[in-house]
Amino acid sequence: MSLTLEQSKQRNKQLIEEVLKAYPEKTAKRRAKHLNTFEEGKTDCNVKSNIKSIPGVMTIRGCAYAGSKGVVWGPIKDMIHISHGPVGCGQYSWGSRRNYYIGTTGIDTFVTMQFTSDFQEKDIVFGGDKKLDKIIDEIQGLFPLNKGITIQSECPIGLIGDDIEAVSKKKSKELNNHTIVPVRCEGFRGVSQSLGHHIANDAVRDWVFDKTDPNKHAFESTPYDVAIIGDYNIGGDAWSSRILLEEMGLRVIAQWSGDGSIAELENTPKAKLNVLHCYRSMNYISRHMEEKYGVPWVEYNFFGPSKIEASLREIAGHFDDRIKENAERVIAKYKALTDAVIAKYRPRLEGKTVMLFVGGLRPRHVIGAYEDLGMNVVGTGYEFGHNDDYQRTTHYVKDGTLIYDDVTGFEFEKFVEKVQPDLVGSGIKEKYVFQKMGVPFRQMHSWDYSGPYHGYDGFGIFARDMDMAINSPVWNLTKAPWK
Amino acid sequence: MPQNAESILDHETLFRQPEYLELFENKKKNFEYPVPADQVQQIVEWTKTAEYKDKNFARDSLTINPAKACQPLGAVFAANGFAKTLSFVHGSQGCVAYYRSHFSRHFKEPTSCVSSSMTEDAAVFGGLNNMVDGLANTYNLYKPEMIAVSTTCMAEVIGDDLNAFIKTAKEKGSLPGEFDVPFAHTPAFVGSHITGYDNALLGIIKHFWDGKADTAPKLERTPNDSINFIGGFDGFVVGNIPEVRRIFKLMDVEHTFLCDPSDNWNTPTDGTFRMYDGGTTKQQVEAALNAKASIVFQEFSAQKTAKFIAEHGQEVVALNHPMGVSGTDKFLMEIARITGKPIPAELERERGRLVDAIADSQAHLHGKKYALYGDPDFLLGMTQFLLELGAEPTHVLSTNGDTEWAAKIQALFDASPFGKGCKVYPKRDLWHMRSLLFTEPVDFLIGNTYGKYLERDTGVPLIRLVFPIFDRHHYHRTPIWGYEGGMRVLVMLLDEFFETLDAKTNIPSKTDYSFDIIR
Repeated sequence: MSLTLEQSKQRNKQLIEEVLKAYPEKTAKRRAKHLNTFEEGKTDCNVKSNIKSIPGVMTIRGCAYAGSKGVVWGPIKDMIHISHGPVGCGQYSWGSRRNYYIGTTGIDTFVTMQFTSDFQEKDIVFGGDKKLDKIIDEIQGLFPLNKGITIQSECPIGLIGDDIEAVSKKKSKELNNHTIVPVRCEGFRGVSQSLGHHIANDAVRDWVFDKTDPNKHAFESTPYDVAIIGDYNIGGDAWSSRILLEEMGLRVIAQWSGDGSIAELENTPKAKLNVLHCYRSMNYISRHMEEKYGVPWVEYNFFGPSKIEASLREIAGHFDDRIKENAERVIAKYKALTDAVIAKYRPRLEGKTVMLFVGGLRPRHVIGAYEDLGMNVVGTGYEFGHNDDYQRTTHYVKDGTLIYDDVTGFEFEKFVEKVQPDLVGSGIKEKYVFQKMGVPFRQMHSWDYSGPYHGYDGFGIFARDMDMAINSPVWNLTKAPWK
Repeated sequence: MPQNAESILDHETLFRQPEYLELFENKKKNFEYPVPADQVQQIVEWTKTAEYKDKNFARDSLTINPAKACQPLGAVFAANGFAKTLSFVHGSQGCVAYYRSHFSRHFKEPTSCVSSSMTEDAAVFGGLNNMVDGLANTYNLYKPEMIAVSTTCMAEVIGDDLNAFIKTAKEKGSLPGEFDVPFAHTPAFVGSHITGYDNALLGIIKHFWDGKADTAPKLERTPNDSINFIGGFDGFVVGNIPEVRRIFKLMDVEHTFLCDPSDNWNTPTDGTFRMYDGGTTKQQVEAALNAKASIVFQEFSAQKTAKFIAEHGQEVVALNHPMGVSGTDKFLMEIARITGKPIPAELERERGRLVDAIADSQAHLHGKKYALYGDPDFLLGMTQFLLELGAEPTHVLSTNGDTEWAAKIQALFDASPFGKGCKVYPKRDLWHMRSLLFTEPVDFLIGNTYGKYLERDTGVPLIRLVFPIFDRHHYHRTPIWGYEGGMRVLVMLLDEFFETLDAKTNIPSKTDYSFDIIR
């Protein structure tokens, strides 16, 4: 039984009131600002965001270290990223984000390795700068082909007063200007991963751009040079995006940061246009490049054919007619593929409802891909979005969509229980909760070990995955027949 | 066009299509300014040398690919083994997201745990307000019967006092004064996840036995005939605890599991999410004081807890993750000795079947060389099992095992002719192991999921018997303890042997004369 728009708005209202009742008064007041229903015509989603999570409520968020090491820096493949502090942070984030790359791991690339200073009590008491100095020497000795080192600060670094910037400068000098980047992404900074993205972006600005001779690499520019910004190549997303830009006649000079290299970062200010996928995590460096180097940037969305088509045209709009014509050719070329994918999967997915809770760009960016398959997103929210994300979301969501910012475990469970979507898309911590409830689920951070989901090649995989989640026969077995 | 609607290509096939191979080639050539291929190859070869190994073993500051995690992970594991208990980690919130993800990736189950979400202001002023608000929210929202508090390194570095904070929270009305909030300081920069398990378990037992942080009288011990069982941090807990329970039942022994997460991480998919399921109850913890003895199945995972229990008048039998025939023999004989109950015929038959299976298959494992890494107790049990199979545990490496542990491994080597030439490596990591596998090759590697990188680089086949196992499903559901567990481990060793042998003999007209139908 499907509800009318008014009924579902009413239901959302009751639902929000109901979950808030479970909290102590002070907490209910704070959480109330993060929950709402989108009203058509509004310029934002009428929720507060980017505010401290409330203690003890089971936030889904991570920390600044996760935003810097886990998201922005970690995928840069030919650098070594030291998780500086105790062993855990590096251990839990080791290889789990599926940032695909090509290289000989341990020799010229290092993404799926865990380098840590493994702090002991004495390092806390006496400081870790000397150890860090020694670690850099040991790295140079054992991994001579590394093209740079980043120091990803864990909580204690900022608390014990270590001077990682001084160590970085000293070692860089000793090592013939080797790129060494200190990153102050201690986990207690900010309210979520988000500040870690910002800090990591600033570290690129201060310790890569500002310290690199622009003529370091012989580089011949062309009028068609673009850089992919904010694609972490999860399951190969950046590759299935890059291929389309290249087919349009553009030259992709850098990938930030999935399958990226330090040389690509260094050359990016020479791009004619930065194309930005994950706005949340890399708008900072895009704005900086615009201000300092005059490189314009444009946001795009490569999930699902409708958005891909619009994005290809938008990107082509920044170039000459040849590129514009090429964009049309690319769109036409893939039409048969996307039509076939939709013909195959849409009948199996038509009218199915989805609730999302993800990070970065996905709470809005994937909506179009679902709609291409005839599905409706009835609830969405951001783990660490800001108000500008919720503003952008208004262009994607329908009237009456339930919005939940920094949702708590309790709220999410209740919302899904009552709204009864056909699919939930969120993370590993949420996956099994909803599957136990008998609700089909896909991880929308890691693509549930599938992907790519970006680009035309990714859309087929996306459609197939959503189909196999929702239409798996297992969901008919959750109730014993004698009950 | 690489993709195909009829038959969707996944990443492992899609990116091998010519369009993508060309894309990779051009990206590398034009934009990555790569190290020349011959130079890369030169370094690849160099890392295989004894010279590189010496350099690698000479490092004293950098850790690369460790086989250990931090204390609070173990604390969350321990808390998850108590009935209707919610784990509350005081400190930065990102840590909790990591523990929950880590366990969910291994067990394929939800892992509930909350954080006090401390941020910069708490770093300056301390996290008292976070504790006060956090406990109130947790109590009201998730309705636990116990909240087990541990700490991240942030809270430890700034020196937050859990005992005082919890008291204050109660005074401020966050939760009722009598509500049980056991706690443990679990600094990530001391020990590893097994230390955290120990500290958290001790925190809970101490809370109930020693007067609930001075709010209740200490319990008096009235000895009875039951036995406590402490399993330690164990990635196979879901399979192992029911197996131990079965053994106790067969022996008709009254028993209490002090920490049993085997239900919490093994709930059904039947339409209901159970945030709490099973686990040791508070009443059981209290009654456990009266037990005749406690069996600590993993000594290095519960050292402080064992000491505490012994000081309360119980006999403590500390084992080292016994496995296989003689390991399980020892476990059963200890139960029999403590309780005076005989080992039943049924278990003796199980033993005989395991010996039977070993006799059937031992020729395939005899003299095979193994490298193994993991937690200290597992390695003691596994080393002993390999030795009794006639295999050689050539490299035994632990990141969180110390010299005391190494001496125990050495004693096992010394007691067996198959231990000759085997070596133990305390406080080493998987990059050390990589050098060992190149310079002193072995036939098989026993480790966790991260061992697959070693398998890729060195070609040594990996057998997954160590936490975490992310890339194989459901291993944790069946035991590796007891004779039944021994049987399962034996089959895993044999499977890997046969698969490897088949893979080495399957080229038509070249090697397939040895592609035998009977092995």
